[in-house]
Amino acid sequence: MSAIAVRRRTLPGFGLTMGLTLSWLSVIILIPLAGLFLKSFELSPEQLWAILSSRRTLNALRVSFGLAFAAACVNLVMGSIIVWALVRYRFPGRRLFDAIVDVPFALPTAVAGVALTSLFAEKGWLGAPLAALGIKVAFTPLGIFVAMIFIGIPFVVRTVQPVLQDLDPEIEEAAGSLGASRWQTIIRVILPSLAPALLTGLALAFARAVGEYGSVIFIAGNLPNVSEIAPLLIVIRLSEFRYADATAIAVVMLVVSFVIIFAVNRLQRWAQNRIPAR
Amino acid sequence: MTMQIADTVSLSPPDAKARAHAAAARNNLRTEPKAVRIVIITLAILFLSVFVVLPLVVVFAQAFSKGIVAYLAALAEPEALSAIRLTLVVAAISVGLNLIFGLVASWAIAKFEFKGKTFLITLIDLPFSVSPVISGLVFVLLFGAQGYFGGWLRDHDIQILFAVPGIALATTFITFPFVARALIPLMQEQGTQEEEAAISLGASGLQTFFRVTLPNIKWGVLYGVLLCNARAMGEFGAVSVVSGHIRGETNTMPLLVEILYNEYQFVAAFAIASLLALLALITLIAKTVLESHLDEGHDARDH
Repeated sequence: MSAIAVRRRTLPGFGLTMGLTLSWLSVIILIPLAGLFLKSFELSPEQLWAILSSRRTLNALRVSFGLAFAAACVNLVMGSIIVWALVRYRFPGRRLFDAIVDVPFALPTAVAGVALTSLFAEKGWLGAPLAALGIKVAFTPLGIFVAMIFIGIPFVVRTVQPVLQDLDPEIEEAAGSLGASRWQTIIRVILPSLAPALLTGLALAFARAVGEYGSVIFIAGNLPNVSEIAPLLIVIRLSEFRYADATAIAVVMLVVSFVIIFAVNRLQRWAQNRIPAR
Repeated sequence: MTMQIADTVSLSPPDAKARAHAAAARNNLRTEPKAVRIVIITLAILFLSVFVVLPLVVVFAQAFSKGIVAYLAALAEPEALSAIRLTLVVAAISVGLNLIFGLVASWAIAKFEFKGKTFLITLIDLPFSVSPVISGLVFVLLFGAQGYFGGWLRDHDIQILFAVPGIALATTFITFPFVARALIPLMQEQGTQEEEAAISLGASGLQTFFRVTLPNIKWGVLYGVLLCNARAMGEFGAVSVVSGHIRGETNTMPLLVEILYNEYQFVAAFAIASLLALLALITLIAKTVLESHLDEGHDARDH
């Protein structure tokens, strides 16, 4: 190991490129984020508590976190079904649908927002038949849920897909030939191998949905305490020049993001340790 | 020593095509009854069609709902043209900055061993997990009237917020990881042997980078730039917070979509949206093409 380290040092430019990397990282990412935390320290604990425990803030956080988690769960289930179809089966249009999975990544969120709203509005292509059934989607919390499902699909699919492709076929064949039913093999053999990737996908979809703004605000209705998401409340507080309120909500959301990053890193390490190289 | 080699092998992503072939050969030994297969495929297609394909179709249907003349007229509006211009300028600035950063950072991270590498990569990835609104908020707290540098900026008559520099900064923040994340794994996989050979034959560091490294990573660079650009042009939340929404001046295309939509100018809103949707589709097609080039790179090195 040390031999490799010494040999790698023979390339020039480490000091310069590392210095530039750290400086630029600090200027663009770290100092601005640190500024946010500094700002929140200007608040006394009582002030912070008063902001965070206000009914409107609590409801906004509840809407964002609750619906994001529900949407991430739908993504987990539907994402698994999509991955299974894409990796294990051959059907016409498979490659096209594989590419389509990335659309929510690539489509600007404002475009997704207006498109979903128009689709699910009362006179929309899907909104009209749903309205006939008595289900109202656009401008209700259900609309937020739909937008969050849209935005989260690629996370589960793209995290699980490579792992399922890499799965050693022999363990399944072994399970099958030892008398396990197909269902038992899937639950007892395949699912545990996919678990770290599934949880990572769930966490990433959740993190994205919690912070999502563009695709949600058009379809949400944005009724305070009912269908108002936390990022929108930050924007509203900013426009009212209530910077302390905006900062407090942002810090709560950032801390949750950091916890998720940490959890995902641990999940990745767990996955690397338990699945040996083929 | 053997352990070490095994470790290195497991780190490089296995060959996609070989995997697919092996999987196909064994597929009949490990599959589900036909009825189950049909149900799963139907569910997958139905879900993707409703949640992904339909929204995309709606954009174009709405944009052309009053005919092509109305569509073109909406795009020729001065406000639309100024939004398109601003979007291009901002994307050029942030993609340029992130391209340089990505090349510099991936050289430091991929070609050298040092402690805390994983942590550094996590820091570079941070913008992926920060809400866009918060990415805008941090710059308001720095440069806003009540912000840390607000007073100094006002005294020196420098406008960052509600102007192009603020929009470019927020966009650079949001798109920060794209190029670096495309290059780091690629350069790690390629190792340092070719560069070491060039150096030992007397090439300078820059010559080595431009003549040896860059040709090896050119598809990766394009891939990173492509994704970075798509996000830069489409960013909404962060830009919305710092832009100030000054009509004809600080509205990017996504912001103009919002304004027109809220004014019930649906044809105009969806006309701008259709350009952004087109950008997304072109990006996805180019991405698929680039991925096949990157895969070929793997094949060439593996065999």
